[in-house]
Amino acid sequence: MWTFVRRKPLGAAGGLLLFAMLALGLLAHVVAPYDYDEADVFSRLKAPSVDHWLGTDNLGRDLLSRVIYGARVSMGVGFGGVALGLAIGTSVGLVSGYFGGRLDLLVQRVVDAFMCFPLLLVALTIMAILGPGLENVILTLGLVLGIRDSRVIRSAVLAVKAHLYLEAARALGAGHAGTIARHVLPNILAPIIILGTVNLGAVILTEAALSFLGFGVPPPRPSWGGMLSGSGLVHMLRAPWLALWPGIALSLSVFGANMLGDALRDLLDPRLRGNR
Amino acid sequence: MVRYAIRRLLLILPTLFLVSLFVFAIVRAIPGDVVDMMLEQFQYGRDADELRARLGLDRPLAVQYARWASGVLRGDLGTSLWTNRPAVRDIAARFPVTMTLSFLSIAISLLVALPIGILAAVRQDSGADYAARSFAVAALSVPNFWLATLIVVLPSYYFQWAPSIGSFTTFGERPGVYLDQFILPALCLGVAQAGTIMRMTRGMMLEVLRQDYVRTAVAKGLGGAAVVLGHGLRNAAIPIVTVIGGQLPFYFGGSIIMEHIFGLPGMGSFVLEAISRRDYPVIQAVNLFVASLVVLSNLLVDLSYGALDPRVRQD
Repeated sequence: MWTFVRRKPLGAAGGLLLFAMLALGLLAHVVAPYDYDEADVFSRLKAPSVDHWLGTDNLGRDLLSRVIYGARVSMGVGFGGVALGLAIGTSVGLVSGYFGGRLDLLVQRVVDAFMCFPLLLVALTIMAILGPGLENVILTLGLVLGIRDSRVIRSAVLAVKAHLYLEAARALGAGHAGTIARHVLPNILAPIIILGTVNLGAVILTEAALSFLGFGVPPPRPSWGGMLSGSGLVHMLRAPWLALWPGIALSLSVFGANMLGDALRDLLDPRLRGNR
Repeated sequence: MVRYAIRRLLLILPTLFLVSLFVFAIVRAIPGDVVDMMLEQFQYGRDADELRARLGLDRPLAVQYARWASGVLRGDLGTSLWTNRPAVRDIAARFPVTMTLSFLSIAISLLVALPIGILAAVRQDSGADYAARSFAVAALSVPNFWLATLIVVLPSYYFQWAPSIGSFTTFGERPGVYLDQFILPALCLGVAQAGTIMRMTRGMMLEVLRQDYVRTAVAKGLGGAAVVLGHGLRNAAIPIVTVIGGQLPFYFGGSIIMEHIFGLPGMGSFVLEAISRRDYPVIQAVNLFVASLVVLSNLLVDLSYGALDPRVRQD
């Protein structure tokens, strides 16, 4: 832990930033001075002041509280999407890489075809089928990123498969499930951890983009992307701080995830260095 | 080279088939309550049966696919439920807008990323390198839609200046004004994506500049520019081209957002309208069109890869 901080101060700072956002999201109901949909009609579009540190929006809702509750949505979708994505990516990549042969060929062609669709377009299309909602955003992003990740997991599995200890385990009579659980999985943990951190930034950004376009987390739940969305533009022209805070929170979170991801990649997998 | 090209061409057929299966599945995945909504909110048919017939869902699955695919091959990408126009006609009208935006953005990305990336690699660990890397991380972290929102909001609040949004001038009317409309969105999209390309350029250049042939070139007395550009960039170009080719979907995804913010009538705003109206045939058409485009651009990248690197052609 301390070696990590000393060798990768920026990565540690990123991790700390991310941890702070997570804590903010989890403790939103304690930290936030107001409720996220507590409207005060007499103080609409107020500039930052002592009562409302970051100002208020067009309905008179406290922006600081909304940004803090927004962390709950962003971090919830971020960590939920990443967890689901890793589960899908690891299962598909493991099966495809470990068993190989025709199954691998078929799965990889399907992944190839899937990667031809731009991430945002697929996410929008799936959201158009499922309908807006927090759970659907997590489901969609987890699925989309999971299928993409399976490619990386698969190549990690292939690298492990080339080692003799795997052959030895099989020769000693270990079954497929046991071999995967005891020998393959522990050896591909590094790429899984790296993928998770790198994906975190991507999931947070994509959720924000979806909500920004109006197909993500629906109001009144405050999502940073939704707070920046086009319908608020009229008010932002009169009160630009509306456009400022959610964007800053969003950028800081993604920055934290990127820094942590870069540092972990440098430490855990030197081969991938500079590959982005 | 010809054999390589032919083999690569044949390989896209299964990919295109699977892409078509994905697109075909879109309409078939609509849940029942959405069908009710399509009937009530948008009056896409008198009852569920009529809507199913309009969507071509009233036959056995294999027949449905055969009819749909043969239509696609003849250029029939489906008919909009909302406007009753063939989707392909709207795509043809809107595609040039998205293409203009994408190409301008790619040009801006390259103009920003290549010089900075090369400089950062040549002067590794200098102040310039750190500045360049900080720029790349910032570009990766700041969402492009936030950047675009700020560009619209801040000047208008502080200087009472706003980009013209809402009225769109076509290329035929006034070419200069047409291009003007793309500058701000292309800047937002191009600069954001420049971060990725810059990091890639820097990484590749660093690797290439350490090679023996670069040292040889320096030893035989070639100047800095000749070594960096002639030997360095030339060899780093292959992965860079691949990355840019692979970024095409990102530029399209980004153009959905930029067209939305800056009111450009391209494919992005087209698909957003279709999604909010649950106009699934149009959603299908755009997905199929864009994915096929990506398949084609991947093919071009692979072919140029073969042209740039003789080793790729033989195996």
